[in-house]
Amino acid sequence: MAGSNGSLLRIQGLTKRFGGLVAVNGMEYQQEEGSICSIIGPNGAGKTTFFNTLTGLYRPEAGEIRFHGRNLVGLRPDQIAARQVARTFQNIRLFGSMTVLENIMVGMHTRLRQNPLAVLLRSAHFRSEEEEAHQRAMELMEYVGLKGVGNELANNLPYGDQRRVEIARALAAQPRLLLLDEPTAGMNPRETDEAIALFRRLRDELGVTLLLIEHDMRVVMSISDRITVMDYGQKIAEGVADEIRANPQVIEAYLGREGAGAA
Amino acid sequence: MTAPPPAHRFTRLGRLVMDRLNAGITPYVVSMLYLGLGTALVYANPRSLLAFLCFLSSALLIYSLDMDRRAKIGLGVVITVVLMPVIGIRNISYLEVIFQISVFAALGLGLNIVVGFAGLLDLGYVAFYAVGAYLWAFFGSQQMFLLHEIPGTAPAGTPFFLPPDTFYLFVIAAVIVAALAGILLGLPVLRLRGDYLAIVTLGFGEVIRVLANNLDKPLNLTNGPQGISPIQRPTLPGPLLDMLRGILDPLVGHPVSDAEFYNLFFYLVALVFVVLVIVVVRRLDDSKIGRAWTAIREDELAAVAMGVPLVRMKLGAFAAGASFAGAMGVLFAASRTFVSPESFSFMQSIGVLTIVILGGLGSIPGVILGAAVVTILNLQVLQGLSLYLSELRQSDAVIPLINFPWRNLSNQLDPAKYQRMLFGLILIIMMIYRPAGLIPAARRKRELQKHPEDEVGAAAGGDTGASSAERGASHGGK
Repeated sequence: MAGSNGSLLRIQGLTKRFGGLVAVNGMEYQQEEGSICSIIGPNGAGKTTFFNTLTGLYRPEAGEIRFHGRNLVGLRPDQIAARQVARTFQNIRLFGSMTVLENIMVGMHTRLRQNPLAVLLRSAHFRSEEEEAHQRAMELMEYVGLKGVGNELANNLPYGDQRRVEIARALAAQPRLLLLDEPTAGMNPRETDEAIALFRRLRDELGVTLLLIEHDMRVVMSISDRITVMDYGQKIAEGVADEIRANPQVIEAYLGREGAGAA
Repeated sequence: MTAPPPAHRFTRLGRLVMDRLNAGITPYVVSMLYLGLGTALVYANPRSLLAFLCFLSSALLIYSLDMDRRAKIGLGVVITVVLMPVIGIRNISYLEVIFQISVFAALGLGLNIVVGFAGLLDLGYVAFYAVGAYLWAFFGSQQMFLLHEIPGTAPAGTPFFLPPDTFYLFVIAAVIVAALAGILLGLPVLRLRGDYLAIVTLGFGEVIRVLANNLDKPLNLTNGPQGISPIQRPTLPGPLLDMLRGILDPLVGHPVSDAEFYNLFFYLVALVFVVLVIVVVRRLDDSKIGRAWTAIREDELAAVAMGVPLVRMKLGAFAAGASFAGAMGVLFAASRTFVSPESFSFMQSIGVLTIVILGGLGSIPGVILGAAVVTILNLQVLQGLSLYLSELRQSDAVIPLINFPWRNLSNQLDPAKYQRMLFGLILIIMMIYRPAGLIPAARRKRELQKHPEDEVGAAAGGDTGASSAERGASHGGK
């Protein structure tokens, strides 16, 4: 099932520059299908830029992104989405004045086959597809733990629920790889626990491979099969939770040189 | 930041009244009575503006009351196809008003796709209208044989290039040509947003107008500033007219002339166009295409990350919006039998944009109401007011309170000259008190209950709650 080297995602020498600043610098990364991995690192380490480059929002200066063995570099974001890579955003980016169901249905854009003619003629196929899409959106909404809010405008939902909608919207694209950018930021401990359970279910029930950027170490340590640490646009460490906890480079990156010396 | 919730749309008293009106058969009785009153008033006073407004507002009342959809459509058909022709032929300017409302409604709905749905500010929309109008103006007139003539020197007896009934063909052709023009405009401006996009579209609108103005040489395509005239109108079927005369003559009170039949014809065609446009816009809106447009408007970056192809969807919005304007342009050229660059000035683009924003950005019924309000204000109310004021100036009347005779007012202070200022004032007041428009856009409410067969667990959730049970409140077209 997986790509040539057995990895779902295989990134080599990925570099993204903004003028003189090298935000992602020769990043190497691999992830197996069906795993949950996290990227951590201090602010400005290039984690989100890495995501943005991966999903085509930025075009990398160098490097290769192989997803299922096929190169994603040079594809537009919507083409990458169509190849079943979905994501959420660090600062929630829902379509605020659309309803929750509509938000989720936008996520299905690449999955719906309706063409303009079928839309104008309201063909039987169009109608059944819309009905299915609507049903699926409802299911996804309930899957992420929301009930009865389908007709609410996304803007009117509380923060935690907006995060859920964003995940449902990403799931609507039937992703094989789901990138979650700080998915539990701003959540209280109970919501965080629910989120962790949800992420596990995504992997176990839907078979989605997850890659998280996360600052909450409780989340990172409890959920990740592997953890990657980024600093200055580069991978500085990689391994399971215990390895990362004990890694001096990681401690240095987080606490600074003096901090590390003191500790 | 956002529009006030719909609950505040009516004052408490207003809500109380609406609740009373919407009980049982009351709405049917009320709307019939009101419509009857309006019809009787207009029939009795064909020149009275108030009577006409009363008649027109009955359509609004029917739209806003809670009635069976079929009843609403039925009443709408009665108004437009039965009552309006009679009233309109008794006072032909009414047909003209409705014709213009229809044209502007269709233009507004087209622009609404670009500005309201996709959120791309287009200040040159009237260019596509010009494309359609000049398309039929060129092929539906003698211009093809005047390519080498100086404007205004048509030799007598120049034949028409195409038979008049190719008009219908050219409506379809204009849809395609205008859509292509929309794509042509869209391609270079795709990377632009907001202000920059607005400026480029503004320029595009001016380019088309200037082209129309100057393409009289080297080949005389547009006849320059003089404009093209005469443009053919489609033929009316003689036998049908004779039959209609039999019905209409006694109702109208005088023999109906051919010119009046043409007014009636264009009124009906415009109406058909508007209905078609409404159907198309609603269907587009309620599909993956419409959702993608709105998603782009809300957050372009998130939309593209969700798989919405920006280029294709934006070009689609430009093309769809432009195509309506193209079709209306053909209709406009045929109904006026004359086009000139003046009709496609920047102010026209602004006028259509005004309609969209005043009515309610993204709201189909809002845009139609906006078209009606703006057109009636411009053609009827403000003009009537100007006329009244200039009559005062010719009489011995004095301005109340200060006892200053109207007649002595200096020319610069002529109240008739303040028509546009009044219009502007009304717009400002509207935008302060109803920033989301006359009828704000509402997202479609969907069924929140699952089908019983594919959900067993739904009952366990017990979400029969009041808020979630809101049914689809999709409105009737008009």
